Amino acid sequence: MRRTMGVAAASAVVVLVAGCGGGGPQSSGDQKLTGDKIVLGVLNDQSGAYSELSGKNSVAAVEMAIADFTAKYGDKAVTKDITVETADHQNKPDVANSKAQEMYDRKGVDLILDVPTSSAALKVADVAKEKKKLYFNIGAATTDLTGKSCNKYTFHYAYDTYMLANGTGKTTTEQIGKNWYILYPNYAFGQDMEKSFSTAITAAGGTVVGKDGAPFPNTSGDFSTFLLKAPNLNPKPNVLGTMQAGAELVNVVKQYNEFKLRDKGVGLAVGLMFLTDIHSLTPAALAGTTYTDAWYWNFDAKNREFADRFQQKAGTRPTFAHAANYSAALQYLEAVQAAGTDDADAVVKGLEGKTVEDVFLRNGKIRAEDHRVVHDAYLAQVKPQAEVTEPWDYVKVLKTIPAAEAFRAPSADCKL
Amino acid sequence: MSGFAQNTFNGLVSGAFYALLALGLAVIFGMLRVVNFAHGAFYMLGAFGAYVLLAEAGVPFWAALVIMPVGLALLGMALERAVIHRLTKLDPLYNFLLTFGLTLILQDLVKLRYGVQSSPYETPSLLSGSVDFGLFDFPTYRVFILGFAVLLCVAVWWVLTRTRIGMVVRASTERPDLTRAFGIDVGRWVTPVFGFGIGLAGLAGVLAAPMRAVNPLMGADLIIVVFAVVVIGGLGSIFGSVAAGFGIGLVQAWGEAYLSNFPLVSQTIVFVVMAGVLLWRPAGLFGREEAPA
Repeated sequence: MRRTMGVAAASAVVVLVAGCGGGGPQSSGDQKLTGDKIVLGVLNDQSGAYSELSGKNSVAAVEMAIADFTAKYGDKAVTKDITVETADHQNKPDVANSKAQEMYDRKGVDLILDVPTSSAALKVADVAKEKKKLYFNIGAATTDLTGKSCNKYTFHYAYDTYMLANGTGKTTTEQIGKNWYILYPNYAFGQDMEKSFSTAITAAGGTVVGKDGAPFPNTSGDFSTFLLKAPNLNPKPNVLGTMQAGAELVNVVKQYNEFKLRDKGVGLAVGLMFLTDIHSLTPAALAGTTYTDAWYWNFDAKNREFADRFQQKAGTRPTFAHAANYSAALQYLEAVQAAGTDDADAVVKGLEGKTVEDVFLRNGKIRAEDHRVVHDAYLAQVKPQAEVTEPWDYVKVLKTIPAAEAFRAPSADCKL
Repeated sequence: MSGFAQNTFNGLVSGAFYALLALGLAVIFGMLRVVNFAHGAFYMLGAFGAYVLLAEAGVPFWAALVIMPVGLALLGMALERAVIHRLTKLDPLYNFLLTFGLTLILQDLVKLRYGVQSSPYETPSLLSGSVDFGLFDFPTYRVFILGFAVLLCVAVWWVLTRTRIGMVVRASTERPDLTRAFGIDVGRWVTPVFGFGIGLAGLAGVLAAPMRAVNPLMGADLIIVVFAVVVIGGLGSIFGSVAAGFGIGLVQAWGEAYLSNFPLVSQTIVFVVMAGVLLWRPAGLFGREEAPA
């Protein structure tokens, strides 16, 4: 009861302030914004395995976007009342489902952001479709978001399994080694990654000489069986492609070094890796490893300027997920500003086919066909320890993969 | 052939961790009739302690190998005095609630300070090479773990079977009431035995730091298998827990190597073995059926 009273009081205040302010844009008087405000919802993992690569710092990134938007438009902004709601989905699809409904229905959220973990991400896409509210996915990798599970209100913003496989698989095959041994965690994400990589490697003229699905979760923490097998295959692989993520990736890399596979002529390529993974493994353990990055904080002056501001706020350097959350929130606010309303259909109309350039999106375009947001991606290599001159600067970018090549063509499975 | 030998060796190395953890659980269960669900958290604290000592105080691996087990044993003894000993007279459900709750608290405290991302820990330089066995070469660090764990198990076995202290502990473990009837103060041994079990978990943690991901949840993943090991060996059986620990390590390694076309089998093999053993010998391979109360 007290809660409803509080909400009622708060909305009364909002109405009064908005009424008295009178400085709003053209929309004042009209019901252009639901509740006269914009609410952004960050739904992600705030305590588990993905809480560091995204988590609370993604909320910080979204707050930065709001501050930048407000500073840019000042009194001309569609509203000054922009708030953030956050929730922890614990990487569980059912929790993600109910939190997403709660956000849209009860918290007045106009846009849900982030949502790592593919299974949870797909559930939220269903909710967005049902509620006809916007959803920008950043944290999840599955191409189904722009494939058979695509819908009008869902946009896939930062990366996907195709981008990772195409970048790392193709370029590593061309430049480092043609014979691959693939090790993947035996569940949806790992199997999807293995298929995408095998396709990309074969297309680039390489061969997958062996592949194994390791138990997931690997309770023993031991991958030695697979690591021992790799150098003894015939023909001998010169690249080990690991699709493990998080702590399992750490185990694989530690044991890869223990068995000295690099000295035995087997290089390392990683399917999905975040800056935070390199930090916890140390660049020494990963030196020479190639992977595809959606964004790197020290790539150029523009990124660095953002990274410096981010560090002031969050105390650490941003991962690509943090930068993408910033960009997604900013582009949504720009779209609302342009449309003059937060009506989802009107905003979608404004977003579709739009070309965008910001700190995260380089040569960015929001594809109308499947709502895939395409942009430049980067083939990155971990520096040797000796070349690491400042904290968190662990990577050099070997090659920029142009937006047009980085992502797959719109899938026939997607009917918006 | 060399492949088989290597897989066997790796199975024994995994088994060494299971054995050290299961041994601690077995002595604690035997003495206190408490199933310590917090065992995995102490393993994690061992590994994390080694990391913190190195990263923040420059204490090397070798010193951590002594400091962490002793420190955690003392912490364990304090916990036993403060809360654990109150469990003996209560319903087993309280045992679960307390030790599981303890796990969550310890994990979250570490998470609060160090986050969930794994922390780096390098192999000590003395052990970073590899040993040539003729047929194959093997990382020195793994050889060290195996040797160290076997030595430790033999030492524990010697203390338990050849010394007076061991005799008292064994008697109090297997028949506490009868031992009391002989005028031996069982209660006196409870706290040190609990501390010893926790110390072993901490030691396993320090040993794991250079080769496993060091993060707050590392114990939670491992402990599931360790409980299966303890059940297979026979709850409370000291010899059974060690034998089952190495045995399960081998079964897992062979399963992964030779059943890799059947991922479901290699993933569940430990629990299939457990179910089989329970059907065949409900008290575990080396356990004794308890007389009805």
